[in-house]
Amino acid sequence: MKDEKIDVNETKATDSNYLSARESHKISRENRRITDQFEKQNKRKNVPESEYTTKMKNPANVVEFDNLHTYFYTDVGVVKAVDGVTFDVPFGKTVGIVGESGCGKSVTSLSLMKLVQRPQGQIVEGEIRFDAGDKVYDIAKTPIEEMYNIRGNMISMIFQEPMTSLNPVFKIGTQIDEVITLHSLDLFHEEMKAAEKSVSNVKPSKESKLMIKARTLEMLDLVGIADSEKVYRMYPHELSGGMRQRVMIAMAIACNPKLIIADEPTTALDVTIQAQILEILMELKDKINSSIMLITHDLGVIAGMADYVVVMYAGRVVEKGTVFEVFKDPAHPYTIGLMAARPGINKEVERLYSIPGKVPNPIDMPNYCYFRDRCEKRIAACDGEYPMEIKLSPTHSVACYLYTEEEYRND
Amino acid sequence: MTEKSKRQIAAETKERLVIEDNYIPLVHDDKYILEVNALKKYFPIKDGLLQRVTGHIKAVDGISFKIERGTTMGLVGESGCGKTTAGRTILRLTEKSAGQVLFNGKEVYDYTKKELQAIRPQMQIIFQDPFSSLSPRLPIREIIGEAVREHEIVPRNEFNDYINDIMENCGLQPYHRDRYPHEFSGGQRQRICIARALALNPDFVVCDEPVSALDVSVQAQIINLLMDLQDKFKLTYLFISHDLSVVEHISDTIGVMYLGDLVEFGRKEDIFRMPLHPYTKALFSAIPVPDPTAKINRILIEGSMPSPANPPKGCKFHTRCQSCMEMCKTVVPVQKEIEPGHYVVCHLYNDYEGA
Repeated sequence: MKDEKIDVNETKATDSNYLSARESHKISRENRRITDQFEKQNKRKNVPESEYTTKMKNPANVVEFDNLHTYFYTDVGVVKAVDGVTFDVPFGKTVGIVGESGCGKSVTSLSLMKLVQRPQGQIVEGEIRFDAGDKVYDIAKTPIEEMYNIRGNMISMIFQEPMTSLNPVFKIGTQIDEVITLHSLDLFHEEMKAAEKSVSNVKPSKESKLMIKARTLEMLDLVGIADSEKVYRMYPHELSGGMRQRVMIAMAIACNPKLIIADEPTTALDVTIQAQILEILMELKDKINSSIMLITHDLGVIAGMADYVVVMYAGRVVEKGTVFEVFKDPAHPYTIGLMAARPGINKEVERLYSIPGKVPNPIDMPNYCYFRDRCEKRIAACDGEYPMEIKLSPTHSVACYLYTEEEYRND
Repeated sequence: MTEKSKRQIAAETKERLVIEDNYIPLVHDDKYILEVNALKKYFPIKDGLLQRVTGHIKAVDGISFKIERGTTMGLVGESGCGKTTAGRTILRLTEKSAGQVLFNGKEVYDYTKKELQAIRPQMQIIFQDPFSSLSPRLPIREIIGEAVREHEIVPRNEFNDYINDIMENCGLQPYHRDRYPHEFSGGQRQRICIARALALNPDFVVCDEPVSALDVSVQAQIINLLMDLQDKFKLTYLFISHDLSVVEHISDTIGVMYLGDLVEFGRKEDIFRMPLHPYTKALFSAIPVPDPTAKINRILIEGSMPSPANPPKGCKFHTRCQSCMEMCKTVVPVQKEIEPGHYVVCHLYNDYEGA
């Protein structure tokens, strides 16, 4: 992160990057004070339910991010990784989040799971409303203890790197079984649940073990693994990258989650395998009727998969809309640049467009449009505050001074 | 009886372990800077207490192509298909198992160690991962300048100016000279890698997935830089990548590799206009198109790539091929020229009489 600033202004960058020991000490002490407060909030026991349940603004949504701020309190300063992100994920739809590395797309999804690296990373402000069926959680306020019921069970995640996210010392079967044992207990193990033993202590009986295995095999079949019985007994290293990703998907859908977060699910894979995996995800979404939050930097994947697109830049949403709106007439200069930068098949260009400059230093963000210094369509108004979100159509909105609300009304 | 069968087995194993090295020697044409003929690179699999060789990983299994001066050849394929090994074997960074590599008409593998060192500046490589291919302990001027000094490219008193010049050409600032790799972002590191390769005035550069580790917008910068430098210094590139859209943008000719074989080779326009090999077709249809209205007829390839230690008999692609015929399972296909300069290795085109 630090070196991002190098090119912007040489001398200034070195000066502001330099911290004396005393300054650094002061910052960490201050950070400790702030994060301790947050941690206290998080670790409370027996929090009354009314404190973290809320109501959805629109019942058609499964998740609503509302002005989410997730900050990291590092020793060199506060990194505003997610700085006021607002968007919705409707039921049964796929929402694609695009942006370059470091734009906060992964942190947004981790905030939803409450898996942001603690204690440095904290959700500082805003709401994440999640419709769990019988009640609506505000994830930002939900205590960690309650999160165990949500993670894996109602929201699950597919990670980018299937090798590092599978445990190398356990067999595939054991790992998927574990998910089901922990989360879908009510399906197989009613008597134990009735006894109200704590979740981690449960040892399933023989019959339920068999049922769990049957469920695991069913899941493996569902993601297109032909020889599921054999794969059940294999270790992760015996599988190829595409197969591992399938196992990850099987694990993610094992409990019929309402929302699947796919964090760059195909980035580490080859094109042919990528096509297979995307096909599986599309099919499964309809089969188990869940929503997908697809995080990727590949615009091609988004175009093929998503219903809605959210474009992020430096921790903020710069543009969002339906996939047709964003790809047909992208509004924000960053979105336009991103699309022009990608070489395409049958796209005859002499030179690729490249966005000048670099992503700004995430520490001490300026109070004007973060894209201003790289923007080629900069106007006088850009020197003002960070632009408000402007609606171009009921579903399409952009944060840029080039557009005004009137334009939409005239249309 | 048992004695004999044992001997038989031994003979069979031996036969399997011998690497065939028969090819028709190439006649050099000065148009081409690099000519590769039936190049093979097998890695031995060792087993048992005595570490006997029990088999081979056939990473590169007889590939042939030619690159004209000042052009770019793109080499595409899935991971594990041997494209990186091919690049390295051509530069003699690993020793070949069989075949011919002619660089400027001279066999690269005929050079002695000393001669090879003298020829090295002419052929350079840019590695895939700019994070692990730069020594963290050397400042940038040393990373770029070390080989320049070693090969005495410029007199000592011009050394500093020369390094500055190269850095400027690659989009780096002179004040970056004394910095260390960790102070740079991914895109800048890749620029350093490019500067290091170009500092030796090479004629031929192998670019081994130079943009795979980078973000989209940075990718565009690096691709533009590579193309500018090619114009400026009349470079020839072998551009290895698994990203077809990047390869299409930068290449003049394209080779498609599958499991150590070059299944299709030809000019970019020909290959994109009329992909012949079923694998090429599937590969092209798998590329995600950034247009939600586009309806593509996806040809999905089932399964994953077989192990190169024990590749399928006959055509290596037959296990995943949609137009697999009986013949494909037993007979190894040979290279056919369908149009001038457009080669394919597939039984589907057996009846095709050259154009």
